[in-house]
Amino acid sequence: MTAFVDILFGGVFHAAVLFLVAAGLQLVFGVQKIVNLACGSFYALGAYFGISAVNWALKLGLPPQLFLGVLLLAGLVLGLIGPVIEALLRTVYHRDEAFQLLLTFALVLMFQDVLRFFWGANPQQLGDLVMSYGKLSAGGVIVPTYNMLVILASIVIAAGIGTFLQRTRFGRILRATAENREMSQGLGVNVRWMYASVFTLGTVLGTVGGALVVPTAAASLDMPVELVVEAFAVVVIGGLGSMRGALAGALIVGIMRALAIRYYAELEMLAIYLVVIAVLIARPVGLFGKPVE
Amino acid sequence: MRLAVIIAAVVALAAFPKLATPYYVTLLLPALAYAIALLGFNLLFGYTGLLSFGHALFVAIGAYGAAVMSSKLGVKSFELILLASGAAAVVAAVPVALLSVRYVRIFFGILTLAFGMLFHSFLFKFYDITGGDTGIRVLRPSLIGMDFKELDKTSFLVGPFYYYCLVLLVLAGLLMWRLVHSPFGLQLQAIRENPRKAEYLGVRVRLLRFIAFLISALYCALGGVILAINTGQSDPELAYWTHSGELVFMTVLGGFASFFGPVVGAFTFVLLKAELMGLTQYWRFVLGVILVLIVVLFPRGLAGLGQAAWHKLRGARP
Repeated sequence: MTAFVDILFGGVFHAAVLFLVAAGLQLVFGVQKIVNLACGSFYALGAYFGISAVNWALKLGLPPQLFLGVLLLAGLVLGLIGPVIEALLRTVYHRDEAFQLLLTFALVLMFQDVLRFFWGANPQQLGDLVMSYGKLSAGGVIVPTYNMLVILASIVIAAGIGTFLQRTRFGRILRATAENREMSQGLGVNVRWMYASVFTLGTVLGTVGGALVVPTAAASLDMPVELVVEAFAVVVIGGLGSMRGALAGALIVGIMRALAIRYYAELEMLAIYLVVIAVLIARPVGLFGKPVE
Repeated sequence: MRLAVIIAAVVALAAFPKLATPYYVTLLLPALAYAIALLGFNLLFGYTGLLSFGHALFVAIGAYGAAVMSSKLGVKSFELILLASGAAAVVAAVPVALLSVRYVRIFFGILTLAFGMLFHSFLFKFYDITGGDTGIRVLRPSLIGMDFKELDKTSFLVGPFYYYCLVLLVLAGLLMWRLVHSPFGLQLQAIRENPRKAEYLGVRVRLLRFIAFLISALYCALGGVILAINTGQSDPELAYWTHSGELVFMTVLGGFASFFGPVVGAFTFVLLKAELMGLTQYWRFVLGVILVLIVVLFPRGLAGLGQAAWHKLRGARP
């Protein structure tokens, strides 16, 4: 029982963070049809910037209990880079996928050194700030309250995105643009503005994800490239472009990782890739994906 | 004219060890290795239109093939190592290709990436078999039965080994040239332009994609063997997805639309990276900027630029 609850908490926490990044990836793929390799870089940027932001806040005399808010704010502020990068990607929207993928790969390379320039090559940590929210005990397992708050925040964000996409006017226009770009342009949708805002939203999801995870894990320069493959696994399992898929994929990957780490550490990532390959073979569009072509 | 340029380039490469310091010659060895690998990679990418983001997998198989053969099995013959590693890569490529060629575009890319990462985590985690993150040492091979005991490591690499690899590159290039100009190569290009139309015309699309995949895997493994002997070590980073990304980077830098583009890209990338690493610790940023410029402004790569310049020159002097 204890082991079960432990795996569940660990897995769902990891899934909560993965979901945020994967949701950003899905949003951008759904609308702009670009697979953004740099989503992991946004995540790492959020993590590093989150550390700096919390340290500044503490220096300014803010009580440590407010650090969750500071992290969220840090993630949101980083959204400012979204429009800048979108302006660069705009040059390849009409080009072959190879170029789109390579351009985001160029971003990965550049961000790697941006992180190195500002924060150095050594991993950074936030110390034991996580514990300022205390601990919770459930089913014989003690987990930091912070982890529960992150799961909660992720659920709130997931519900928020769902409502936003399904119920608001902007969400409907967004889905229409994803479905048929020319038609919505013909109906008077400002596609350029739409793309910029979608990409910014995708960026923010990534940076917030990174900022939220950093109190529990160190930020390192391997973060961006390692996270990309996990986020890829999530979207492939769930189905490219589907939000529900991102949620299901994140839960599968998160819990499988927690299981593997507990029982057979050698299988950690191996198991996830095997699931990815199995899904691609059995159902190439993923669990919730729509058929292409 | 083109032939003259190629002969001049090969002669220049052959004369290079006599003219330059050993440091630059050892730099050219990975360039030769990547040139061979990319000739194969571009059969799949440039000619067949399938972008793999996981071909580092086969480079790594070549490298680990060299490591296992030389350190664990005690095989010294370079020819045998090339044969065995190449065969291993083709065998490993069969299931990967069978599954991957059912898809195109982004799905093909992601599936190959997943296979590459699968192999990476195998190399990384199964310490007992693969040596984990440190990998396996690669010992100096013998060439055509000669082990060159009198030479130290560097003079072996910049001497006989360099010339051997240069000859390999020329042979690999000639073979690839024949391939892409054969009916097989033309059918691949037809598949790239319009798979459905090609199918109606009787081209066996999946089979040909499959064969192209195997050939590309073989070339990548041969490149991997040379890379590993040059560094003397095979480590899991060789299979990491960013290494696959570098392969694509080099190909596009040189120009995937041209036969010699990938070769040009390999040499340019290796030398550029070495120079940048000497100049600044932020070399990745500069490489990223260069990649952005290539993608946005010069999608036909250096070979495309060269061709444009040549046509302009010819146009100015009719």
